[in-house]
Amino acid sequence: MPATAHGTAQFRPASDNSLLIYFDQHISPAGHQRVAKLLRLLELQPISGITNLHPAYCSVLIKFDALKLRHAELETRLHPYLDRLDEITLREPRHREIPVCYGGEYGPDLAEVCDAHSLSAEQAIDLHVSATYTVYFLGFVPGFAYLGGLPEALVTPRLAVPRRRVPPGSVGIAGHQSGVYPFATPGGWRLIGRTPLAMFRPDRAAMSFLAIGDRVHFTPISPERFAVLEKA
Amino acid sequence: MKTIQVQAAGLFTTVQDLGREGFGPMGVSPSGAADPISLRLGNRLVGNPEGAAALEMTLLGGTFLFPEGAVLALTGSDFSATLDNVPVDPWTSLEACPGQTLRLGPTRSGARSYLCVQGGIAIKPFLGSASTHILSGLGGFEGRPLRKGDVLSIASAPQSYRRRTVALHILSRLSPRKILRCTPGPQSEWFPESSHSLFYNSTYLVAEESNRMGLRLEGPSVPVSSGGHMITEGVSLGAIQVPGGGSPIILFVEQQTTGGYPKIANVISADLPGVGQLRPRDKIRFECVTLEVARALLHEQEELLSSQELIQE
Repeated sequence: MPATAHGTAQFRPASDNSLLIYFDQHISPAGHQRVAKLLRLLELQPISGITNLHPAYCSVLIKFDALKLRHAELETRLHPYLDRLDEITLREPRHREIPVCYGGEYGPDLAEVCDAHSLSAEQAIDLHVSATYTVYFLGFVPGFAYLGGLPEALVTPRLAVPRRRVPPGSVGIAGHQSGVYPFATPGGWRLIGRTPLAMFRPDRAAMSFLAIGDRVHFTPISPERFAVLEKA
Repeated sequence: MKTIQVQAAGLFTTVQDLGREGFGPMGVSPSGAADPISLRLGNRLVGNPEGAAALEMTLLGGTFLFPEGAVLALTGSDFSATLDNVPVDPWTSLEACPGQTLRLGPTRSGARSYLCVQGGIAIKPFLGSASTHILSGLGGFEGRPLRKGDVLSIASAPQSYRRRTVALHILSRLSPRKILRCTPGPQSEWFPESSHSLFYNSTYLVAEESNRMGLRLEGPSVPVSSGGHMITEGVSLGAIQVPGGGSPIILFVEQQTTGGYPKIANVISADLPGVGQLRPRDKIRFECVTLEVARALLHEQEELLSSQELIQE
C-alpha cells in the first residue's frame, strides 16, 4: 500500500480503520522519544474520531472510526501534531525496581543462555541486574513492557518453539529486549528468572506497574525472599 | 434483582459487550463480542442499548434457569434452543416466565450464539466494559468462561415485554460471508507476487486451534521474500499476519496489541462480524478490495443496521 510522508514520519494504512506512523526503521532512543511525545500530545489534545493507539518501538498504530474519518483526513490532522513534537517535554522518567529470583525453576532457560555466551550463572545475573532498562512501550498483553537496554553479552535469539504457557512474573530475554510476563500466556522469550511482583492489577489506581518511558532495574532475590514477597 | 442460574455452561460461554476501545497504550485489546452485529441486534430486540452485556456461546450452548423470569432474545447462529422444551425462534424476543429453563444445543449454522436479556447482564465494568478477556483473566464474570452453578444478575429494566423480530430480508444482507474481503496489509509489499497469487486464489481451512485471539488457517503457505527485517509494531483487528512458517493467522477480538510478524492483508471492518461465526474446518477465501470499497461497504452495513424496517414489532 502506498506510503506517504511528513517530515521524517511515514504514514501507511494498516487496515480500513487504522493508520501506522513510522518514526524510524530501526529501534532507537530518538524514535522512542517521538512515539512517547506523540502519545502525550494526543492525550493532551485528542483528535475526534481516533479510537485507540498502539505504540511500539518506533511506530504508533492509530485506530479510528472509519464512518467519521478517512486516512488522508487523519494524516492532515496529524501534521500539526508532528510539527510540534519537539515542543513537548516528557515527564521525568520514573525509576522502578523489580525483584527477581534467577535460574532454577524460576528461570529455566538461564543455563542455556549461560552456555550460549560462555558465562557463569553469576556473571549472567550480574550483567542482567547491572543494566538500566527503558520501557519502550506496553504491548502484546495488558502490562507487558518491552524493555530496551539489554547488555550485548546477553543478546540471545528467542526460542525456536514458543512455550504454550509461561508462568506469570517470568522475566525473559529475546534479542536485544528484556521483559516480564504479567499473565500466564504463550511466549517465546528465554526465561531467566521470575518476579513475585504483580505487573498488572486491575484493583490498583495505576493498573500497570510499568509505564512508557520508565527506567527499570532488576534486583536479585533468594527463593525465600520470593516466597515472602509473593504472599505480601 | 432478577438472575440467571447456569445449569450447564456449554462449551465456552463468556460475558461480552462491544468491548473496551482506547487502552492500547496499556497493552489492553478491546475484546468484546466476536460477532458484534448479532449482539447489537439481540439487544435491540429486548429494548436494550446496542452495547449491553450479554452471553456469547461457542459451538455448544448452555442451559439457563430464570427463577424470576426474563425478557430475552437469541441471535447469531442457531443452537436449537428450547424454552421448557418448546422450540424458540432465534432473532425474536420472548418472555421466560419465572422458573422456566432455556436449553441450547450444538450449533446448526455458525460458531456463536448470543443470549441477550432485557436490562443486560449486571457486571462491574473493567476499563468501562463488561467484556471478558480470557488470556489475562480480566473483565466479565470473574474473568473466565461460565461454569455450572454460576449465578448472574440481570440489571433492572424499565420496559415490559414487546414482541420484536428482525426482518429476515434485511438480515440476509448482513449475514456472514465465506469470501472475506481484505485491504492490503502494511507489509503486503514484502510478499512476492507468487504469495499474493496463492493467498487470493486458494481456499483456506479454519484450524481447530482457533479462538477469540486469532484464527489459524490451513492451506498454502505464503512466505515473505527474504530481506525484510520486522520490528514489533501495533497490529489492527483482522490483520492477517504470516509467521515464519508461512501459514496465515487472522488476529481477532482478543488480539495482542503489538506483534512482530509481517501482515499480508487485513479483513475489512464490514466482514469482521462474520469472522466471529467461522467454525473450525470452515472453508474460506480472500478477495482484495480498495480502502474506498471497504469504507463504502461499512457505510452500507451501518445503513442497513440503522434502517427503520430492520426491527419489526
